[in-house]
Amino acid sequence: MLFIDNKQNNKWAEIGLAEGTSKTVPSPAGRDVQPGLPLGLRLLAFGPVLILLALIIIVGAVTPGFLSSINIGNILAQTAVIAVVAIGQHLVILTRGIDLSVGSNLALATVVGGLVFKVWDSSFGVALAMLIAATLVGAVNGVAYVFGRLPHPFIITLATLSICRGLALELAVGHTTMRGMPDGINVLGDASFGFIPNSFFIVAGVVAIFLVITKKMVWGRWIYAVGGAPQAALGMGIPVKGVLISTYMISGLCAGIGAIILAGRTGASSPLYGDLLELDTIAAVIIGGASFLGGRGHIGHALVGAVMIGVIRNALNLNNVDVFFQMIAIGAIIVVAVEADVLRGYLESRARAQQSARS
Amino acid sequence: MIVDTRTPVLSVRNAQKHFGAIHALKGISLEAHRGEVLALLGDNGAGKSTLIKCISGLHMLDEGEMVLDGEDVRFHSPAAARSAGIETVYQDLALFDNLTPAQNFYCGRELGFPSWLPAPLRLLNAREMDKRAASVIDRLKVKLPKFDAPVALMSGGQRQAIAVARATVFARKVVILDEPTAALGLRESRKVVDLVKQLRDEGNAIILITHNMEHVVELADRAVVLRQGHKVGEIKPSRDTQQALVSMIVGAEA
Repeated sequence: MLFIDNKQNNKWAEIGLAEGTSKTVPSPAGRDVQPGLPLGLRLLAFGPVLILLALIIIVGAVTPGFLSSINIGNILAQTAVIAVVAIGQHLVILTRGIDLSVGSNLALATVVGGLVFKVWDSSFGVALAMLIAATLVGAVNGVAYVFGRLPHPFIITLATLSICRGLALELAVGHTTMRGMPDGINVLGDASFGFIPNSFFIVAGVVAIFLVITKKMVWGRWIYAVGGAPQAALGMGIPVKGVLISTYMISGLCAGIGAIILAGRTGASSPLYGDLLELDTIAAVIIGGASFLGGRGHIGHALVGAVMIGVIRNALNLNNVDVFFQMIAIGAIIVVAVEADVLRGYLESRARAQQSARS
Repeated sequence: MIVDTRTPVLSVRNAQKHFGAIHALKGISLEAHRGEVLALLGDNGAGKSTLIKCISGLHMLDEGEMVLDGEDVRFHSPAAARSAGIETVYQDLALFDNLTPAQNFYCGRELGFPSWLPAPLRLLNAREMDKRAASVIDRLKVKLPKFDAPVALMSGGQRQAIAVARATVFARKVVILDEPTAALGLRESRKVVDLVKQLRDEGNAIILITHNMEHVVELADRAVVLRQGHKVGEIKPSRDTQQALVSMIVGAEA
């Protein structure tokens, strides 16, 4: 769509030149229109998608079986947890924050679900318990960050990372896994429709809901506003504290949804689940192209990043590459993604300077 | 002193504000009238910013009263001041870089539906907001490179023009401008000065903070000078009184 825009602008510019005027030409609405977003910025916005497509084509060409329906189903199932938790992480990062607690929050949620299962074999009850537990942890993060007047959410979520893991281990009283989940949870996490895992549909549903919230709802607009300029948001009368707390609660909720998927896939709960999931989700958001500095990003970024991590892991697995190399590869890609963010800032300031010169 | 028999749209009486041991406002009174520009002058730390933050609801006065259109008011938040008809264009924290001009216009008071939902859960009426913002931009003859690009891509003058234009949409009584031309070049300042005149002519009371004495002389009907939290004078600015004003600001008796 953006490319069509570009063409139109070029057309206007051409007409302008043909008429011997400057580069600005009245648009049909009567406003002056100059060529829009610089090409470099457009490329950066679509870069992650292009890289993912290139990655899929290259890996598909050199790896037999990569594009088979079974393997695609595998990738989708393995990516589901990262993707859904990354959506919550994305909202937090949009507000210039970070949530380090998602991994151990997820583990704690599965353990709570496992304990509920022991006394109540109900899919609904177990799922609800996981969601409530995880959302509560998110609420603690948000409230402590906002009302504790902490300078940055890094420390509080680091603290809850530790607390949740410890609490999960404590509640599991020494078990590393607790077998058993209600049938409904197993169906959600483990069964599939054709070759497409059911968890894919959960992720799709979550994406749809959060697309509406972030792009169509006043609340979502406020999340972007708080991330773009917290002081201005305060001055404009946006309830900044409430918005911040809500994003941490959503991040917790998403960790709870991830807990349901993971517990369903394995048919078990474990205090060891979600190890380093915080890094995977942060990586997914950044690799996907959202800005670590807040205010810029789209749920699509989190998804693209999550799929990219899934594809890289899967491809390296299929090619029998050492697991340590996977970590190195993903780390290297994060560096590239963060540099791309810096480059975007540079291109924007250059565009601004051009505007000043022109006006 | 100027004797004024008209009814002011906003009057502040005996404003007092402490920050811990610092006595930032020591009993300041001022009046703002519709269709008039009131310049608020003073050196850095004189209390200008504190005073406008109190008027616009970011801070609350410790003592003193504010009367808006004949009614005693006390604002607990910027939102309350805005809905009472007081718009503020802050110096550097005015815009959201990541949002488009139209999104900036309506940020914090988005048009949404359905109205029975609580405000944050309403769906954005993006088309209507775009349309109205575009018509204001057109009316004020602000030139923007692209209406659907984030304002991060726009020049300082374009950004300030957007911020002032935003105030024109919602202003009903008082518009406070905190150094609207501080970071701008000559031509861009001119554009903003024109916008301020337009705002005034539409019947708003303007409170203008600026260090630019040319603009004070050109725009202001009255100038209130603050020094160290006191109001030290009120003058009709003109070429002749410009020197006296500067002396008053820096505290050198002319």
